[in-house]
Amino acid sequence: MAGYILRRLLQAIPVFLGTTFLIYFMVFAMPGDPIVALFGEKTPPPAVIEQLRERYHLDQPFIVQYLYFLGGIFRGDLGTSFSGQPVSEILAATFPVTLRLAALAIFFEMVAGITVGLVSGLRKGGIFDASALVVSLILISLPVFVVAFVAQYIFGIQLGWFRTTVSTGAPIQDLILPALVLATISFAQIVRLTRASVIDTGGQDFVRTAASKGLSRSRIVPVHILRNSLIPVVTYLAVDFGVLMVGATVTEGIFNVPGVGRTLYQAIIRGEGPTVVSFVTVMVLIYLVVNLLVDLLYAVLDPRIRYAK
Amino acid sequence: MKIKRIGVAAIALAAAGALTLSGCTSGGADPSAPAGDATAVITVNNTEPQNPLIPTNTNEVGGGLVVQNVFAGLVYYDAEGAVHNDVAESIETEDAQTYTIKIKADQTFSNGDPVDAQAFVDAWNYGAALENAQLSSYFFESIEGFSYEENVPELSGLTVVDDLTFEVKLKQPESDFPLRLGYTAYFPLPAAAWDDIEAFGENPIGNGPYKFEEEGAWQHNERIDLVKNEDYTGPRAAQNGGLDMILYASTDAAYADLQGGNLDVIQEIPDSALETFESEFEGRTVNQPAAANATLTIPDRLAHFSGEEGKLRRAAISHAINREEVTDVIFNGTRTPAHDFTSPVIDGYSEEIPGSEVLEFDADLAKELWAEADAISPWSGTFGIQYNADGPNQGWVDAIANQLKNNLGIEAAGNPIPTFAEHRTLITDRTTQTAFRNGWQFDYPSMFNGLGPIYGTGAGSNDGDYSNPEFDALLDEGSSATEVEAGIEKFQQAQEILFEDLPSIPLWYTNGMGAWGESVDNVEFGWDTWPILYQITKSE
Repeated sequence: MAGYILRRLLQAIPVFLGTTFLIYFMVFAMPGDPIVALFGEKTPPPAVIEQLRERYHLDQPFIVQYLYFLGGIFRGDLGTSFSGQPVSEILAATFPVTLRLAALAIFFEMVAGITVGLVSGLRKGGIFDASALVVSLILISLPVFVVAFVAQYIFGIQLGWFRTTVSTGAPIQDLILPALVLATISFAQIVRLTRASVIDTGGQDFVRTAASKGLSRSRIVPVHILRNSLIPVVTYLAVDFGVLMVGATVTEGIFNVPGVGRTLYQAIIRGEGPTVVSFVTVMVLIYLVVNLLVDLLYAVLDPRIRYAK
Repeated sequence: MKIKRIGVAAIALAAAGALTLSGCTSGGADPSAPAGDATAVITVNNTEPQNPLIPTNTNEVGGGLVVQNVFAGLVYYDAEGAVHNDVAESIETEDAQTYTIKIKADQTFSNGDPVDAQAFVDAWNYGAALENAQLSSYFFESIEGFSYEENVPELSGLTVVDDLTFEVKLKQPESDFPLRLGYTAYFPLPAAAWDDIEAFGENPIGNGPYKFEEEGAWQHNERIDLVKNEDYTGPRAAQNGGLDMILYASTDAAYADLQGGNLDVIQEIPDSALETFESEFEGRTVNQPAAANATLTIPDRLAHFSGEEGKLRRAAISHAINREEVTDVIFNGTRTPAHDFTSPVIDGYSEEIPGSEVLEFDADLAKELWAEADAISPWSGTFGIQYNADGPNQGWVDAIANQLKNNLGIEAAGNPIPTFAEHRTLITDRTTQTAFRNGWQFDYPSMFNGLGPIYGTGAGSNDGDYSNPEFDALLDEGSSATEVEAGIEKFQQAQEILFEDLPSIPLWYTNGMGAWGESVDNVEFGWDTWPILYQITKSE
């Protein structure tokens, strides 16, 4: 097991180098000079542009810039934003917020999705199953910004149940509404996945054996059916967690969540290379770790899976 | 002719209302307080400052709003853009070239450092020095000694006379120099700034109506908390207890917070609410032209746009654009059709400058002029308009392209560039081979500022490489006038030349827009589209 983990971690190194190189190259190739944009619609004096380019190493060829960046990483220095804030600080401030939001959203979609999916699967073809299908189809077809604006208007402004946007420090109670909005995106998928998997497992021999042994339904459902149905769902949740960690830009913007998506979007618009590369790099790392954890979780869920020593 | 704001009367009434209110609710309040609760904190939306909060390095709204309230300059601008002394006792000159500036005695920064002549001279020298690469360094380029070629640590044109007096010598006479001194770049810095200027940019110490609530009050991407600076003795004294600037990445989120009661004032209106905000916050909105305009620049270097032919084509295009229709239909009345090259809030503004008829919509005349130009050299190809697609530009560019198609019978189309950075880069390195959208946000309320930097030969923001010696001469004459009125007259004459040459075609003025909640009063927006935060009162 330890060997397996070590091997996976070693594999992460070339992935890390490759992705940072690619990302750095793409940011570098982005047309337009961020220094010129700093001056808005005023045209800056060439001498000042030159000075600023030098300061941010923008006057160097691409490969030199990339080596500066890599060298910085090994010294623990990820560069600074135009506003003079170290990128490492920005990372430290934003990732926990997005992590909380993503965890909350995953929690909501997991609890609701698995419950509904389980009931639908056990009562296949019933009225509950049919209505769950309709509801999930509606949710799946709504773009997230529509859900977000409507939820903000109804629950934030009209009813006043939640704060319209997230206040400083992003406390959990403010994150509930955006998390619910995010959860609606994947809720339907999880319901469909769980339902199919439960139906599939329910027809397996070991379930029939358990039933004929005289085990109670309250034991068969959670232990024999649910546990064995969760593998595809867990994979999906893990991928979804990765997506939520990097991709909640729209929702974070609407609810003013000071998280990764909002900050990254702003950095891209402002052409802040170091911020963009560092953020995306951390996202890649998160993806790698989450995927490793999922693979390990398989073994826990399904005793038939064992990783080689 | 300067526009009068209807806001003035409305605000006086509002203030009266607030007085009675505060009489009822805050019994223990200081009776001399103008209105509201003098300790109430106003919440306002802002964006994450793009640069460290050093006055000479702050050139955008996010940082500007903070710096403007944390520092005080020699002069300040009131809502109408009129100039009044703030830190300065007097600013005198005899030849519009050498200025003697006296500072009021006994003023301090919030850390106790004195606000003296040295504080100004040091800050200006820092801002001007090439090696510091300050974004606003060009504000010092007219001071004697300034150079873009070599690093000049101390400008020879700045001399400290005594503690409270310093002298500024310019390279040439510039009559509007005193008008500039309220711009952020000219703010003083305390001695404490020089220990570690980078740390200072994170926690600035100023001499303005507000100060940072504490070290680290700038919580990046979240908020900046300011409290009233009791040491400030100038005319902009805060009528409230402080400002909480909440930082948003989207104006929509800020607007939702105003609706939800989490914000007192918002200083911009999202596109999605342009149609509704005035009815939703009836009586608590502002929508008025500000010192910013939008133009369509047509560089001289484009084929068919130079010489006599170019003049005819430019005039034809200008007549073919129906500005009223675009501002009404596309912008819901949140832009104001242009009548000159500056802005209605600028001293000297007039709708009757000879030649300004060229801005009137007249499709027949447009066709005629275009045909005359065709007689010189026949037109071929497509008239393109370059714009950045990451801003709200596509709607109006397409509308104008359609008007040109219909009214001139030519092919015209927008040329979208993905990002603002690329749009500006293409313009700056002169790669753009079409007309392009342009605009000017005034740095300070002066007619010269809307003309010189954009249309003067070789000027920094002369993106169209316009050059006309007559125009330059009039600018110089206006600049060396020692009487403001005499200067304005010359600048108006200079505009007459612009109307003839049309290096850029004026489109409209950008309106300052905002809205506020029920608990605040005395909300007024300035000439620069920004809310005047220090005079807002709040009853709780």
